[in-house]
Amino acid sequence: MTPILECRDLTKMYGKNTRPALNHVNLKLNRGRIIGLLGPNGSGKTTLIKLANGLLAPTSGGIWIDEKPVGVETHRIVSYLPERTYLNMGMTVNEAIRYFRDFYTDFQEERAYEMLKNLHIDPSARLKSLSKGTKEKVQLILVMSRNAQLYVLDEPIGGVDPAARDYILNTIITNYNENATVLISTHLIADVETILDEVVFLRYGEVVLHASVDAIREENGKSVDALFREVFRC
Amino acid sequence: MGWIFEQNRPIYTQLVEQLQMRIICGRYKPGDKLKSVREMAAEAAVNPNTMQKAFAELERTGLIYTQRTAGRFVTEDEDLIRQYRQRIALEKIEEFMKAMSEMGYTREEVMVLMERDREKSRAADQEKDRTADARFDEAARIDEKEAAPQEAQKGEMDL
Repeated sequence: MTPILECRDLTKMYGKNTRPALNHVNLKLNRGRIIGLLGPNGSGKTTLIKLANGLLAPTSGGIWIDEKPVGVETHRIVSYLPERTYLNMGMTVNEAIRYFRDFYTDFQEERAYEMLKNLHIDPSARLKSLSKGTKEKVQLILVMSRNAQLYVLDEPIGGVDPAARDYILNTIITNYNENATVLISTHLIADVETILDEVVFLRYGEVVLHASVDAIREENGKSVDALFREVFRC
Repeated sequence: MGWIFEQNRPIYTQLVEQLQMRIICGRYKPGDKLKSVREMAAEAAVNPNTMQKAFAELERTGLIYTQRTAGRFVTEDEDLIRQYRQRIALEKIEEFMKAMSEMGYTREEVMVLMERDREKSRAADQEKDRTADARFDEAARIDEKEAAPQEAQKGEMDL
């Protein structure tokens, strides 16, 4: 099977004489996996995610999704949860759902309403009237209700309470289609560790480790969380 | 009991162990249909691929089997389950013996300690019986006292 995402010698610099945010990254992500994108602040996680969604252009090298360069065609198969919201806060939840339905042909309206119900979110509420955590839940519901091939979630569980976190992780496990890949960037490694197939550690814009969670546990006799704390000790 | 995973060992290994344990202790009974990989993965909050791998391992050992369309089932071979139960019991004993030998005990000394432990727990059982009897006697005495409660109350009110 061809990789769902591939970076070849991918470099991104934000200014001429600055340290690269991503430095000659070579990375292949396979289909049907849940993958953690881990690294300390400023390691290049969000830069990589933005490149995958065409919000930034590479300085050199390239990034391919489903063997196509990032563009209109790849947007169609990538469902992206950005770090910050792009939704108009004046919209109601119902309106946001309609907006997604009109925009994405793979959007499953029933799935979205089902999840809203399970999390006790009122669909007639305006987004701006919702708490920070509930806003995050709504956005994640919208993103997970698409039938995408690649889900890219930038810090999806940072702001929600532990019970909702469990529900969201459960949703990720049960909802993504078997051949889809979920890429999750997060600092909350211990919370997501058991649901991940593999992890990618970034440091100073370079991939320092790409391995399966169980291989890491086997080799190091410790959790990914513990290894992360060791590798990135300040 | 839910699914609890230790931090320092592969999740796959722990899943295999816990699934085995659930079969051995009869939580999943011979011939029971198991939930789908997805459902089990969600229940245990683990990656579906890891759950799939654990199922494959149990299938390899014969503890579960797949019927092409109907799903996965626990084996009906109770002898096999018994064999596994004993094998795991022996493993646990070995672990225990290893811990003991690290503390400097010989096998014989461990057996003496086990014998002492057995006597202790026997004594504890007898003690439990005795206290239960004593409580019963106490309750009987209270019943007797309650035969004349008014007197005591009257005395208090005088104060």
